[in-house]
Amino acid sequence: MSGDTIVAPSAAAPLPNPRHSTVGDKVRFALRGIGQTLITLGLVVLLFAVYEVWITNIFAHREQVKVYNALHQEWLNGFDPLSLPETGPHSIPPGSGIAVLYIPRLGADYHFAIVQGSVVPDDSQLEKGPAHYADTQLPGQIGNFGVAGHRVGKGEPFLNLDHLRSGDTVVVETKSMWWVYKVLGRPDGADPEGNMTSIASKCGDGSVSGIPVPGREIVDPSDGDVLLPVPSHPGCTPTTAALMTMTTCHPKFTASQRMIVHAQLATQYKNNRHWISSGKFPPQIAALYQEASA
Amino acid sequence: MYVWIWRHLPGPLAVRMLQVLVAISLVSLLLLFVIFPWIEPHLPINKVTVSTK
Repeated sequence: MSGDTIVAPSAAAPLPNPRHSTVGDKVRFALRGIGQTLITLGLVVLLFAVYEVWITNIFAHREQVKVYNALHQEWLNGFDPLSLPETGPHSIPPGSGIAVLYIPRLGADYHFAIVQGSVVPDDSQLEKGPAHYADTQLPGQIGNFGVAGHRVGKGEPFLNLDHLRSGDTVVVETKSMWWVYKVLGRPDGADPEGNMTSIASKCGDGSVSGIPVPGREIVDPSDGDVLLPVPSHPGCTPTTAALMTMTTCHPKFTASQRMIVHAQLATQYKNNRHWISSGKFPPQIAALYQEASA
Repeated sequence: MYVWIWRHLPGPLAVRMLQVLVAISLVSLLLLFVIFPWIEPHLPINKVTVSTK
């Protein structure tokens, strides 16, 4: 009879064979595996963010200090890398320092050695510091001095480039000169985005006219024309204006667009061994810092 | 996976915790100083230049 053959369930249940897991166990096992994998990937991505905003800065700072010190030593030795020919085997070596950048708006300790870049500066040059687009003009020259710099990580020289207002000064120190550029636009501290200054220019047919150039613009990464002697106007050259153009990525953490800031040479002061060896600013440059903090 | 690793670590609790800490540090260092620097140039982030002709 069935009543005699039934084994009490309580006798077998406490010792299930561990090799025969139920469907439920297998599902749980798979879900736990997927869950752990996702959590692990999340942590790896977090760690990557730490790497980008912290670790890369440590390495880049080390490179920047090397370049800065080497440039300073060259200046003290009486050698100006900008005196080298612009092309040929004896031109300025890519990756070496050519000038020092100061932006009073970004703080008294903000300074970066600008390195010579390739036609389009590459990663190794940009890791050392802001890099000069080799085919653009040099500091102080009529035309456009183009510089690219990282926004987040890698020393992040242009992290706060969006803080610049129209009329803010951007100082470029070379062995011979302090070049003082001012961000384009009405010089009243207005937002430079789309805020134009007219640049007297000579275009194809020889006619001279004023071409409006904004203090800041957001462009597509393929828009190399912002680096032209007269930005975004092929075939034109400024009659007297020496411009400077800085490019960085935009928005922060992405590479979908580029932020471009244009500035124009306003004044210049002679540099000399005294200022180079003392590490102090000439009074005219120190005054720019007073203005910026006022 | 983590459960499996934990079960196979030898020693008492304190020793196992130490091993886990060492393992996490090693993996982090490997990621930060070897894998990320290698992979980063291939990622479409942190491009700051405009293309010129």
